[in-house]
Amino acid sequence: MEEYNISHLDALEAEAIHIFREVAAEFERPVILFSGGKDSILLVHLALKAFRPGKFPFPIMHVDTGHNFPEVINFRNNLVNKIGERLVVASVEEAIEKGIATQLPGVVSRNKLQSPTLVHAIEENKFDSCFGGGRRDEEKARAKERIYSHRDAFGGWDPKNQRPELWNLYNAKLAPDENMRIFPISNWTEMDVWQYIKREDIELPPIYFTHKRDVFERDGQLLPACEYLPLKSGEKVETRDVRFRTVGCMVVSGAVESRAETVDDIIAEVAAARISERGGRADDKGSEAAMEERKKEGYF
Amino acid sequence: MSDDYNTELLRFSTCGSVDDGKSTLIGRLLFDSKMLFDDQVEALENASKLGGEFNLANLTDGLKAEREQGITIDVAYRYFHTPKRKFIVADTPGHIQYTRNMVTGASTANLAIILIDARKGVIEQTRRHSFIASLLGIEHIAVAINKMDLEDYSEEVFNNIVSDYEKLSSNLDIKDITYIPMSALMGDNVVNKSKNMSWYEGPTMLHFLESVHINNDRNFENPRFPVQWVIRPRDDDYHDFRGFAGQVASGTFSVGDDIVALPSYKKSKIKQILIQDQELEVTYPPHSCTILLEDEIDVSRGDMIVKPSDLPLVEQEVEAMLCWMHERPLQLKKKYIIKHTTQSTQCMIRGLDYKVNISTLENEDADTLELNEIGYVKIKTARPLLFDDYRKNRQVGGFIIIDPGTNLTVAAGMLREPADFLQDDSDFVI
Ligand SMILES: Nc1nc2c(ncn2[C@@H]2O[C@H](COP(=O)(O)OP(=O)(O)O)[C@@H](O)[C@H]2O)c(=O)[nH]1
Repeated sequence: MEEYNISHLDALEAEAIHIFREVAAEFERPVILFSGGKDSILLVHLALKAFRPGKFPFPIMHVDTGHNFPEVINFRNNLVNKIGERLVVASVEEAIEKGIATQLPGVVSRNKLQSPTLVHAIEENKFDSCFGGGRRDEEKARAKERIYSHRDAFGGWDPKNQRPELWNLYNAKLAPDENMRIFPISNWTEMDVWQYIKREDIELPPIYFTHKRDVFERDGQLLPACEYLPLKSGEKVETRDVRFRTVGCMVVSGAVESRAETVDDIIAEVAAARISERGGRADDKGSEAAMEERKKEGYF
Repeated sequence: MSDDYNTELLRFSTCGSVDDGKSTLIGRLLFDSKMLFDDQVEALENASKLGGEFNLANLTDGLKAEREQGITIDVAYRYFHTPKRKFIVADTPGHIQYTRNMVTGASTANLAIILIDARKGVIEQTRRHSFIASLLGIEHIAVAINKMDLEDYSEEVFNNIVSDYEKLSSNLDIKDITYIPMSALMGDNVVNKSKNMSWYEGPTMLHFLESVHINNDRNFENPRFPVQWVIRPRDDDYHDFRGFAGQVASGTFSVGDDIVALPSYKKSKIKQILIQDQELEVTYPPHSCTILLEDEIDVSRGDMIVKPSDLPLVEQEVEAMLCWMHERPLQLKKKYIIKHTTQSTQCMIRGLDYKVNISTLENEDADTLELNEIGYVKIKTARPLLFDDYRKNRQVGGFIIIDPGTNLTVAAGMLREPADFLQDDSDFVI
């Protein structure tokens, strides 16, 4: 029987494809949430595996914070063109104009505004299930997250009201206005993602690899110098060789100094890393339970 | 590095009573296998500055409310790897009322670690955990006899517990049991071999996890392919393409094999097996692939592709061990939804033969099943189930029950082949 080997990447891939197909079969209006980061690019890749040569039975939605890396927006547009799937953009900018999201004075990060924007876009498009690239190893509070994570009619997440998940049997039943967040790569670690990107030769936005960039230090992090981040006194912009480990919103994405040019270099870097992936994100630092709070508001 | 792409994945669950040392063990595995990041270690140190100790157990506790209550009450999943294997740990709390969580964690596990406090030995909870592990079909059990440091690392203490556990397990259906004396706190026999227990010649916990043979835990005997989704591009390039997409539950399928589609019993042959555009000669569990057939036969979601030489059971009256998972007890004759492989259909639980007292492992009469109770039931389904006995095929023997009133998952079950059960005259509960 030895010939029927299965590597961990094969097993994780098979699990994710299975989840995509279950959702397509059991929900009315799914959508892939796309951030432009490697995890959501991976989701698109896995959806291709699940449905080609057919079309995706759902669109791709980008919650656009307006604080994007231009490289990521380029990448997004090229990707949807190449695969010929439908893109929906939910704009935080627009949500602010319409009063759906309100920025607190003095706050630069738009992370908090993503939740209302997303919840509104879900309602408007009547999506009942949203694929997200969340992984359980990212953060302590996510370790208990379900693969199908139930959200109430307000987009909220109640830790006490999650359904047990057994074998590969997922409960897709929803009441009207409720929503399911679906995490097909729950069981992948950061290392798995990189190894798989390498194995499958998946293209990524260039900011994942080393490049020269103007950055400055704030609270022990390297942030990209950009129009959205006015310098405080004492902060000094320098050009350094950096790359990003997460690419959500520009103002909270901490850069790491790196000369990693290839996926292999990154794998070596991840293997030797001394700081967890989210350690580099400004918004998670404040409190250990910050993530949990945001989840309750509908973010993920 | 290239080897890292081909490591095997092992899923295990941990069970123990509160304070037996589960969190410390997992923390120790992560710590000693160098899986911790500086910021995590820093967080541990910060917590200890606020008055706590440098506590490995703090690495793995989860949600805020639960932290405040001081116990974990849900299944948490952890990840670590060594050069040999990748591990997914289902960390399940040991509190008496959390049978539900343990069943959930065990459902996907290849292996269970059962913790025993060396000072307490085999207790009621140990029996409970072992019963659940065997009920859920876990093939490998590591009995971790922990806190040996508090018993002077005594060989005699260890041997006594082993012999007590052997008595217990002789009533259960567990294939492979390994006993490991350990101190999770001090690190003895977790990752590093203990200097305090030279009398012990077996593997350390990590070594065992890395080397236990799990390939044959998958069922390669009974070919079952539950269809999830039909791929029909309907465009010019793929005009006649009709692919049946799904995950191989068990057995193997090769190009050219004769197949039967159930429940229609229509026959055909396998023309092609694909994962996207990659062609496979043979597919086996747990591949998610797409099967193309020689003939145009009608197959849709919920159907199952099998081979004529080995058919599953096709029944509307089925029997099962059922674990109840909701506060509102089982109602006989009420309409529930059963989800089994890729099929969901209405069902009714017609009768409850007995419930298992999971502390004594004896069967008792009962009128209903309450939260965390397990019993033997007869179920009638609106459409036939295509299934195998859970004990021979986990993927095609398990199901969940959903309450259509609340949409909640209220139970998990393991199907049984009735005749088989009747012949069972021993006092095996499984
Ligand atoms: N002496 C000793 N104490 C231990 C050992 N393992 C765990 N403990 C302690 O037992 C208590 C409970 O451990 P914990 O890991 O939180 O148990 P859990 O409830 O099973 O997760 C903690 O105070 C640990 O430090 C051990 O091997 N020896």
